[in-house]
Amino acid sequence: MSTQPIDAYAAHLPPAKREAVYDATKRTHEKRTQLLFARFQDSDRVRQLAGEVKQHVIENLDTYLPQVEAKLQANGATVHWASSAEDACQAVLGIMRQRGATKLVKAKTMVSEEIELAAFLAKHGIKALETDLGEFIIQIDGDHPSHLVRPIIHKNRQEIATSFEREGLGAYNDDPATITRRARQYLRHKYLEADVGLTGANFVSVESGRLVLVTNEGNSRFSLAAPKCHIALVGIEKLVPRDEHLALFLNLLALSATAQPLTVYTEFINGPKASGQPDGPEEMHVIFVDNGRTEALASDCREILRCIRCGACLNVCPVYRQASGHAYRSVYPGPVGAVLTPLLAGKRFPEYADLPKASSLCGACNEVCPVNIPIPDLLLRLRNKGKREHAPLANVAAPGMGAWAAMATHPWLWKTALAGGKILDVLPESLAPHPALRAWQESRTLPGWRGGKFRAWFKERNAATDAKERVGEK
Amino acid sequence: MATCLCDAFYDDVARATVEVLEHAGCTVELPDAQTCCGQPAFNGGDWAASRRVVRHTLDAFAGALPIVVPSGSCAAMMRHGAPLEFETQPDLAGVDDTARRTWELSDFLVNALGITQWAGTYPARVAVHRSCHSRGTQSGAATLTLLASIAGVELLPFGEEEQCCGFGGTFAVTFPNISKAMGTLKLEHVLATKPDVVVSGDMSCLMHLSGLAEKQGQPIKARHVAQILRDALTGGPR
Repeated sequence: MSTQPIDAYAAHLPPAKREAVYDATKRTHEKRTQLLFARFQDSDRVRQLAGEVKQHVIENLDTYLPQVEAKLQANGATVHWASSAEDACQAVLGIMRQRGATKLVKAKTMVSEEIELAAFLAKHGIKALETDLGEFIIQIDGDHPSHLVRPIIHKNRQEIATSFEREGLGAYNDDPATITRRARQYLRHKYLEADVGLTGANFVSVESGRLVLVTNEGNSRFSLAAPKCHIALVGIEKLVPRDEHLALFLNLLALSATAQPLTVYTEFINGPKASGQPDGPEEMHVIFVDNGRTEALASDCREILRCIRCGACLNVCPVYRQASGHAYRSVYPGPVGAVLTPLLAGKRFPEYADLPKASSLCGACNEVCPVNIPIPDLLLRLRNKGKREHAPLANVAAPGMGAWAAMATHPWLWKTALAGGKILDVLPESLAPHPALRAWQESRTLPGWRGGKFRAWFKERNAATDAKERVGEK
Repeated sequence: MATCLCDAFYDDVARATVEVLEHAGCTVELPDAQTCCGQPAFNGGDWAASRRVVRHTLDAFAGALPIVVPSGSCAAMMRHGAPLEFETQPDLAGVDDTARRTWELSDFLVNALGITQWAGTYPARVAVHRSCHSRGTQSGAATLTLLASIAGVELLPFGEEEQCCGFGGTFAVTFPNISKAMGTLKLEHVLATKPDVVVSGDMSCLMHLSGLAEKQGQPIKARHVAQILRDALTGGPR
């Protein structure tokens, strides 16, 4: 029978891929929990605090964005505003053309994936080379990231070794250290050849205009140091009010994302190369990307804009673990993606109306979220939106609620149904009256029907007690 | 509140709930007009249908008495779900009032009545599945407090306890493959501890897990917390 698209995808996922995803997510989740509880006396309070700060930011973007623009300009950066993916891509292209640039190295940024920058630049004859190891592997394979933090979580090292051999990066060798060394050798001189280095930003401080970047590979540092021009693509929600808030967020991000006390590299970028500094980019551009965020902010799911892209909700999510990231058909998979993707889609919401269904609403995502986003509530609101807007994808395989609601608001109907349900016991499975019931019985037995028995017991017992009391009174 | 699952399948759980509450000194009333808490449609996104059912439930449980329900899931629907879907409705106040009066059974026994020690004995190895609706509530801890206080109960910790069993209401039939995989994993962890009985505060999780286990040829003995508490009073497993 037909099931929801993500369920169908999971059913056909190769076992090796599922195991790779399951093992990696489980390991990171467990280490994260251990570390978080060891470092903070009341880690829930820390998550709440971070959530409050980010909620404050997204509710005051109209104040903070002009402030940060002024600060960035004072620091020597040029600020661009992009309302759509197309605008953001054009902004990058415009900067490249103005400089006569053709070569770009890029660090890992999810927003560049979101706006499909690399494909856009390729169409205009510009090669955007990925320098994050995972993203580099994705690029040579023509693949897509399947996790916010670990883009190649779905691949094993044998696959990667085969790809490297195919790309002429040495004879087959699946030793991770060898793979890394070969990528490093290949990439190192590309930084020197590049005209422009492109990064994202994990945080931008409104107070100082500082861009903050975290990585474990140092590739963003190279992307910044060698080329003469630095472009940062930044979602408009990435702000924190003051530098001091970075202490909170850098701690939480590393712990939640990779279960590290801090990432190996943390970059604080104050602007382009100042006079007297030996090196660094001469030019710095910050492109603030909206691409549906303002609409999300106006919706009843605005809390999702608190997200700091740590991936902790993916790691703990039982559905993500079974289905893997590609099942979500979006750069943002997992619980956060199931909310963010349909929201950012705007008018194309119906294409993603099934994503909010991909959850047992277990709430584990909310429990681990470093900014305390009530993800299950947001999934529910989007389910309601899908229903109200009659999005067909929202209702694949879903039992209708009309007959049930009619029964549940008419006690006599309800009781009649309780009495009549006995028929389930004797019905052969293939004749089960509803597809939903058949779906249940494909992998599970149904308990015997006991409809109305509890009410009868309660009534009889109370009648007996009443009778006894009446006898007592006489 | 008996819950629709107990109304249809698990009469003994509802009965045990009454008996446990009476043992704790309560007088139990059973509003005859009650049906379902409204959660299936709420989770399905059909909030208009769900609100109709919630309004009916509010009428059925009108008054000031505490509403006790042997299900973390239905309790969460009344305490959290209903207020969420009534956020923009004129009758939100009534929903909020009912939310404040609603208790999951273990939570009620421990945190409303102050019971932390349960009488009787129940000699058994017990694996407790903490249903997801107890996240962020006091129910999970209350259940463990009560069970741990019973003489003879040996609680068995198992792997990945925080993971969902895969039931999730209509999720079980709209995502049958993932639901089955989640349930199978849960069963592996639970069965590895060789429990005599698998206990939860939610029959929905247990219906899924025991149905799955039976279909896979390894039936489990699944019991609601209320049944353990009731049976402990008469010396243990029935």
